[in-house]
Amino acid sequence: FCICKSLWVYNMQELLKWNGWGYNDSKFIFNKKGQAEFTGKRYRLGGMVLPTFKEWIEKTFGASLEHKTTSRASLNVNDVPPSIVNEEFLQDLRATKISYSQDAEDRVFRAHGHCLHEIFVLREGMFKRIPDIVVWPVCHEDVVKIVELACKHNLCIIPFGGGTSVSSALECPEEEKRTIVSLDTSQMNRILWIDEKNLTACVEAGIVGQDLEKQLAESGFCTGHEPDSMEFSSLGGWVATRASGMKKNIYGNIEDLVIHIKMVTPRGIVEKNCQVPRMSTGPDIHHFIMGSEGTLGVVTEVTIKIRPLPEYQKYGSVVFPNFERGVACLREVAKQVKKSWMLASLKNTNFSTRRVLMVQCFWQLITKGFLSLQFKGFDPNILCVATLLFEGDREKVLQHEKQVYDIATKFGGLAAGEDNGQRGYMLTFVIAYLRDLGLDYYVIGESFETSVPWDRVLDLCRNVKERIVRECKEKGVQFAPLSTCRVTQTYDAGACVYFYFAFNYRGISDPIHVYEQIERAAREEILANGGSLSHHHGVGKLRKRWMKESISDVGLGMLRSVKEYVDPNNIFGNKNLL
Amino acid sequence: MSKKRDEFEDILEERRLSSDLRYAMKCYTPVIYKGLSPCKPNAIKSAVLQSEQVQYVIKQLAKEMGESPDIIQEEATEILDEMGHSMQLGAVRFFAFTLSKIFKQLFQRVCVNEEGMQRLQHAIQEHPVVLLPSHRSYVDFLMLSYLLYTYDLALPVIAAGIDFLGMKIVGELLRRAGAFFMRRSFGGNRLYWAVFAEYVKTMLRSGYAPIEFFLEGTRSRTAKTLTPKFGLLSIVMEPFFKREVFDTYLVPISISYERILEESLYAYELLGVPKPKESTSGLLKARRILSDSFGTIHIYVGQPVSLRTLASGRINRCPYNLVPRHLPQKPSEDIQEFVSDVAYKMELLQIENMVLSPWVLVAAVLLQNLPAMDFELLIEKTLWLKGLTQTFGGFIEWPDNLCAKKAVMSGLTLHSNIARLVDGHVVLNDKGVEDGAVGEIVFKRALAILMCATYRNQLLNVFVRPSLVAVALQMTRSFRKEEVYSCFSFLRDVFSDEFIFFPGISLKDFEEGCFLLTKCDAIQTSQQEIYPTDKGSVIVSFLSTMFRPFVEGYQLIFRYLSKETKEVFTEKQFIPGVRNFVFQLLEKGNTQCYEALSSDMQKNALAALVQLGAVKKKKMSNGFTYNVNQEAVNKILDMFDARIPVQKPVAARL
Repeated sequence: FCICKSLWVYNMQELLKWNGWGYNDSKFIFNKKGQAEFTGKRYRLGGMVLPTFKEWIEKTFGASLEHKTTSRASLNVNDVPPSIVNEEFLQDLRATKISYSQDAEDRVFRAHGHCLHEIFVLREGMFKRIPDIVVWPVCHEDVVKIVELACKHNLCIIPFGGGTSVSSALECPEEEKRTIVSLDTSQMNRILWIDEKNLTACVEAGIVGQDLEKQLAESGFCTGHEPDSMEFSSLGGWVATRASGMKKNIYGNIEDLVIHIKMVTPRGIVEKNCQVPRMSTGPDIHHFIMGSEGTLGVVTEVTIKIRPLPEYQKYGSVVFPNFERGVACLREVAKQVKKSWMLASLKNTNFSTRRVLMVQCFWQLITKGFLSLQFKGFDPNILCVATLLFEGDREKVLQHEKQVYDIATKFGGLAAGEDNGQRGYMLTFVIAYLRDLGLDYYVIGESFETSVPWDRVLDLCRNVKERIVRECKEKGVQFAPLSTCRVTQTYDAGACVYFYFAFNYRGISDPIHVYEQIERAAREEILANGGSLSHHHGVGKLRKRWMKESISDVGLGMLRSVKEYVDPNNIFGNKNLL
Repeated sequence: MSKKRDEFEDILEERRLSSDLRYAMKCYTPVIYKGLSPCKPNAIKSAVLQSEQVQYVIKQLAKEMGESPDIIQEEATEILDEMGHSMQLGAVRFFAFTLSKIFKQLFQRVCVNEEGMQRLQHAIQEHPVVLLPSHRSYVDFLMLSYLLYTYDLALPVIAAGIDFLGMKIVGELLRRAGAFFMRRSFGGNRLYWAVFAEYVKTMLRSGYAPIEFFLEGTRSRTAKTLTPKFGLLSIVMEPFFKREVFDTYLVPISISYERILEESLYAYELLGVPKPKESTSGLLKARRILSDSFGTIHIYVGQPVSLRTLASGRINRCPYNLVPRHLPQKPSEDIQEFVSDVAYKMELLQIENMVLSPWVLVAAVLLQNLPAMDFELLIEKTLWLKGLTQTFGGFIEWPDNLCAKKAVMSGLTLHSNIARLVDGHVVLNDKGVEDGAVGEIVFKRALAILMCATYRNQLLNVFVRPSLVAVALQMTRSFRKEEVYSCFSFLRDVFSDEFIFFPGISLKDFEEGCFLLTKCDAIQTSQQEIYPTDKGSVIVSFLSTMFRPFVEGYQLIFRYLSKETKEVFTEKQFIPGVRNFVFQLLEKGNTQCYEALSSDMQKNALAALVQLGAVKKKKMSNGFTYNVNQEAVNKILDMFDARIPVQKPVAARL
């Protein structure tokens, strides 16, 4: 047994920003000299000065340090919609001894995810509808009680894990008249048991990624599931959204990792009778749960596959003359190399934020590499970098590393060193902080993702980027936008592609509306290019309009009928997905 | 109604002032597509051969025919060599020089809307461009390349008929100037289709050069826009449907000739005297015409139309997402419909910007007043028609604000082979009418009338909507809107191959026709009724007389089909048969409808019956055969003769 104390306290907002990404003490700022700097000690980038960052942001966006917008300093409690909870329910709730809060800050903190418009509302406005009450169950039984009470009093429950959603999944439906209960799973964060013989662990669903890995590591294990949000997102959230992590080529996506799920629904508890690697018992009920986005119930306990910590880890990086060659190489690697030994991420560095960080702050090595590369006829404006990570036993890692570099050479790639690879990997976690800096200077931005067959990757990337630029122009954006992309996952049959999109909104009266129109156009473009509605962010309320097109009328009907059976009174009424 | 149009600029003016040689040797650095990956013609050829698309078809054919893929690959190489272009700057310069000389000799002015050229220049840099000129003459594509060279734009690669290859030296020169060649028909040959389609698409995707082809498929012998062909258009649209390019610009270009180089050739051809095969010696003989004058050419480069904008909200993307993109895929029905809509839209845009010369008006008036017309009256009527044409949105260029008399005179001078002024009367130039056999008289007269009609025809697509309302008014002898509309709709169906109608908007066309007639005070309409005004009867009768040759011509042809022909026949039998039939009626003086001798009208009428279901068309090994349902034809004929009311469930919501 392993019962550990969580990093997470009840009031997450004391540790985390209330109006932006991540930890309170970690952010990009411009210091007194006007140089960019990353604060705090949590990340390796912490305390470092980025001398040319300012120039970059000015050049790329036309932003200027003189033109600043400031978020309100703290939440204005008077703006917050009142908490309306009937007394009978409160009495029943008190009887269960489950912690709860009707405090305005607690409720606002759980009223949103991290979509641009949500952050914007926090900085400058207020949500029309937020949860009326927050409850903190500490175990499966607590959840059962809460769901029973909700059914009894006809309340609406919205499960809340790490709050990192980027699909408007956590937003409360404005028209919801019932009391909305935010069910915060953060206190259900224990590893219940570890089974070393079968390499599985049973974990409560509220545990966040970094705690899970830390605690497993103490016993010499890991899950290997590392989404970019793993510092904050929870196991239950991963299950509810069909999450994917950057090491999925080695360990698999959430659907490959999960062995058993326990979920509390208004109909009762749904689970399987055994913990087996596979079973043929009709359609897998796990697949009704994974991706259900909180519409069916609350996931309370998950049995997940674990692996011994890798004996050997090696980072690497390759520079390609352009994005096209890089994609071709990744495709070839996906074809040839046994998939369970490496991960790769390919970044088109053109205009990229990452290049700025990479080249100009702490990547001395690549700075040198950069110079020498220019001699070899690489155009620094279009070259692209692939970062690699190999894990496993030493011999195989080295063997596969060689294989990958050999392939890369065929596509004009040059090895760019281990350090670059490792730093690329670390940067993944810092990039999310950039948006908050932009927001201070009239720059709004977002990333979104899709999955696409190999043969359409290049066309899709080019067209979506072009569509974004065009739409910006049409919608009256005065400055050229940043519109770039990255291949983050490779599969046998295709890849996952991320788009980064940001623009300076000075001179636009309703930037969020403009932003949303452009994002919608970009999604239309993705679909027209044979891309998916989402690879792992999920649908939420943001992408609902395309569900029918994505899974057909009948498909949608199938999902609806499950919802109707499991939750006929729509207790789980967050209105996601369907 | 009349849209704002650009001003014209004469590009020959500068040619007459400065050295042609220097012009031909000028520094030529055309703007290029921003996404261009530069490559040589040969690299394109091998890319085409190695493409998944072509390789797929090669493998398929090899499997089906039990042959080795190598042999079929060989065949594909040959096809590619036969059709491929090999653009070379030297050839381009040679053309620039000789064409300067020739054009200056032939034409008084070559007028171009410069703003259109500027828009084109922008378009070329932004997205792949498809040039869609009207096709009236061989001069079309020479002129267009010449024009692009003059304005320092990338020369287009042109899909030209393979007949040109027969012209040995010229064919090769054309190839070096960027022409590529397609067989006129290759529907059955899958390899040819695959290679051809891939060749076009590769050039388009790479942004190598603008692609140019003619929607009409061939030169219109009647100067009337031909109904569009869809094959090439759907090929150039495919890269966008599959999102291999972000967008594609379609640029309608209207080229109008004051006098068409091939006018008499066309008239002979329409009357069944076979056209000379394109050959170099034929072209040399054609030098004879160099001593002749052909007036002014107007080239109007239309606004580039974004295919993406056209397709927005219309295309279901699913079919293209579910099949690998290199597999040949029959376009879905909604794609086919979309392609057809775009084709018609482009042709309507061509028509809209087609310049009409005063002579076009003269010809239209003259044809209603044969055999001779008082000169003064002709001038008066021409002026009157000018006003009417402008009301209908016609694009008239009246040279240098000449007074009407001078304008008509200059038209008569330019077209002295068609008509001339005798004793204050204008008469058709059908020399030899007085002497010679009856047959010859008819033939000569037909020739003159068909040539004259070539010019009147340029008005028809501008006039067709109000005119068919006028014809319907006269045919139904009713004022009830519903009946008139039924008749209009019937006529529109019958003439769907003769004139250009956007598919499926019969009611809108009717309303536009009524609107234009109301605008010129020819009719008044109420909720239920529609009737000519007192002064409007002149207009109504002029308009219906303008289209009478078609109404009468179709009646004759239908009558032939209902009585005089075998039940089953081929096209080869049909044309001479119907020609003889009409010829005899003309000789006996039983009809005055000379235009029914035109093989163009005969083919269109037959096609109309096929579409109306009265004739069945079947594909046989040696071409098409036709099977007439005489009862059905009779019924249509009766409707035409207004013996029975039009019976079609067309009276939709009015």
